[in-house]
Amino acid sequence: MKRKLFALVAVLAIVAAACGGGSADTTTTTAADTGGGGAAEEPMKVAFVYVAPIGDLGWTYQHDLGRQAVEARFGDKVETTFIENVAEGPDSERVIRDFANKGFDLIIATSFGYMDPTITVAAEFPDTQFVHISGFKNADNVATLFGRMYQPRYLSGMAAGAATESNILGYVAAFPIPEVIRGIDAFTLGAQSVNPDIEVRVVWTNTWFDPPTEKEAAEALLAAGADVIAQHQDTTEPQKAAQAAGAVSISYNSDISEIVGDSVLTGPVWDWGVKYISIIEEMMAGTYDGSESYWGGLSDGVISLAPFSDRVSQETQDAINAKMAEFESGATDVFCGPIVDNEGTEQVAAGTCMDDGSMLGMEWFVKGVSQ
Amino acid sequence: MSFPWKFELERRLEVSRWVSWGVPTLSVLAAFFFGGIILSLAGAPPIETYRAMAAGAFGSISEWADGNFFAVTETLVRATPLIFTGLAVAMAFRMLFWNIGTEGQLVMGAIAGTWVAIYLPDLLPWLPQTRWVYIPVGIIAATIAGAFWAFIPAIMKVKLGVNEIISTLMFNYIAILLYQQLYTGPWKDPEGFGFPGSAQFPEFSWFPKFSEIPVLNVLSGRIHFGFIIAVVIAGVLWVVMDKTRRGYEVRLLGENTNAAQYAGISVIKNVLFVMILSGGVAGIAGLSEVAGLGHRLQAGLDVGNGFTGIIVAWIAKLRPLSVVIVAILMAALFVGGDQLQISLGLPSSISSVLQGAILLSVLSGDVFTRYRLKITRVVVGAGVVGEEA
Repeated sequence: MKRKLFALVAVLAIVAAACGGGSADTTTTTAADTGGGGAAEEPMKVAFVYVAPIGDLGWTYQHDLGRQAVEARFGDKVETTFIENVAEGPDSERVIRDFANKGFDLIIATSFGYMDPTITVAAEFPDTQFVHISGFKNADNVATLFGRMYQPRYLSGMAAGAATESNILGYVAAFPIPEVIRGIDAFTLGAQSVNPDIEVRVVWTNTWFDPPTEKEAAEALLAAGADVIAQHQDTTEPQKAAQAAGAVSISYNSDISEIVGDSVLTGPVWDWGVKYISIIEEMMAGTYDGSESYWGGLSDGVISLAPFSDRVSQETQDAINAKMAEFESGATDVFCGPIVDNEGTEQVAAGTCMDDGSMLGMEWFVKGVSQ
Repeated sequence: MSFPWKFELERRLEVSRWVSWGVPTLSVLAAFFFGGIILSLAGAPPIETYRAMAAGAFGSISEWADGNFFAVTETLVRATPLIFTGLAVAMAFRMLFWNIGTEGQLVMGAIAGTWVAIYLPDLLPWLPQTRWVYIPVGIIAATIAGAFWAFIPAIMKVKLGVNEIISTLMFNYIAILLYQQLYTGPWKDPEGFGFPGSAQFPEFSWFPKFSEIPVLNVLSGRIHFGFIIAVVIAGVLWVVMDKTRRGYEVRLLGENTNAAQYAGISVIKNVLFVMILSGGVAGIAGLSEVAGLGHRLQAGLDVGNGFTGIIVAWIAKLRPLSVVIVAILMAALFVGGDQLQISLGLPSSISSVLQGAILLSVLSGDVFTRYRLKITRVVVGAGVVGEEA
């Protein structure tokens, strides 16, 4: 019996060795200097680490559209690759380090939970540029990148507030981190701006990507009386649940009207390609600030609002567009006082607006949010 | 009309040398062959894909020449929890005690290790805050927690006759829910901006990396002390199970419970002994993952190491030293699988499909080393021709 096992092992080892021997050039390439990739013949190598499959039609799908936009824009000058379904936590460190080890010039880690692994690996590969999406830790070669998603969140809240009859809006949310809390608060304020009696009920799923869990959470909210479903998840399951129940929804990440028809009123949309292209252009020119904390607004094109469904009245559309113009011009912002939290404490005084630092660390809910 | 042939599996009385070498060889080749078909269907050239996987798992000669052992170390890192759980499963299965609960025992070990790292320093401020104290204390705590989680189903089995397959399986879910509750609730990092996960462990409770240990520091990267513990435990269990009276009793119980009992061997004592050992080893796996890699209790611990450990133990024929080798090969399959996406742009699901095809072939090949396929012709209406007994 023992002999048999060793035979098996021996065979596996031989096969592995035989395959491994000649493979030096299949996967490894010489690392080009950060920022110098475009000057040489060697294409600049860009890697994307995704938390969900690219077919999620949401968060990861949008990032992959950004990757495709990079390929379309730069052609042979840039070579991109991606890995999907990478769990947050220790496993992601292996993947990120593997890309760095293979000599990629730019590694884009697209989920909050990749923050610590990105920082750890970046310290070991000072010549590699890292971009972490949605985090708050920077280093000399780690830039953070996000958008002022709270602005389109607010605008989509206006559409939801105008649509509801029960005055209860349901919100399927992943994790109680500032990014998500900010979105819920902005959405609630937007809804309350057209209908002060709005209550927003939140269900936490503790996952970015889990289609059945997302769907069940939406169904629970619908059963509790919500007639508009908004979400901060990776898939379109909550919106599908809303459509199945005859309710309406607000999308997130992508325009999904092709999937759920006019039941989706509108929703915040990401367009990562715009920023990815500009980062790569600057890296090629050698002008990129590799430790930047980028937080783009509506005018940058990184974030926008999906087209309105026919179910959104012209009056509401006009009001939303007017508000959007105010955000774009900087005339006003979402978190301008007076704002009271859901425990009755005044968080933002009248006549003042929150600064970026306090928005990035937001951990309280506005009045009207129940979780 | 009935099928004219009858297929039967007949136990081989003697496993010849040819069979013991030939069948596993063939089944591995078959595995790569079937895997190759799947890859071709997915539009990937099989040979090149296998090369990329092997290079991803073990590195290539030119990388080794540069002193770059990144791939090997990552494979060993991935193998570490599988060695622990494989050993844990092997111990229990040897006496036909079906411990399906190593996943939960692993998680309990991680919880205990987290408690030691984060809460013990405040509780016992006089305890020297060095690795020489905190690593042994962590190991003891994780062992106790894992053993305790295995002890409950074991005592339920011997005292109440509760089926251990069900109870150990269910105990996984209890442990996993407790773990999720802790890192999303009471143990959440107060400075983590609400993201689930405990606070980071203080450095004196981290397992040292190889790069910090003399001699071993030829290997850089994430490989850590947990791998050493796993290999040492494999050696110890090999001695205990193959060279001691207790090990002999356990084996005898597994092979023939009645005969063993008749010979005066206590079932209860041995079940408890084995399950505490098994659970304890699985518990250290959990500690090794949190103290060696993430340095915090967070999502990603319940990724099926306990269940993969069952496959590892089974392929390794429940032999401790073989578990180490099989766990490393299994880890190579996981780590190499990343390359399907990174280098070849295949969807992530293909790597799972390929792993499944390879494991299925290896495991089913095993059947043919122990059994021979007997084909007999059935004459319609006249029963089976040439049937023996």
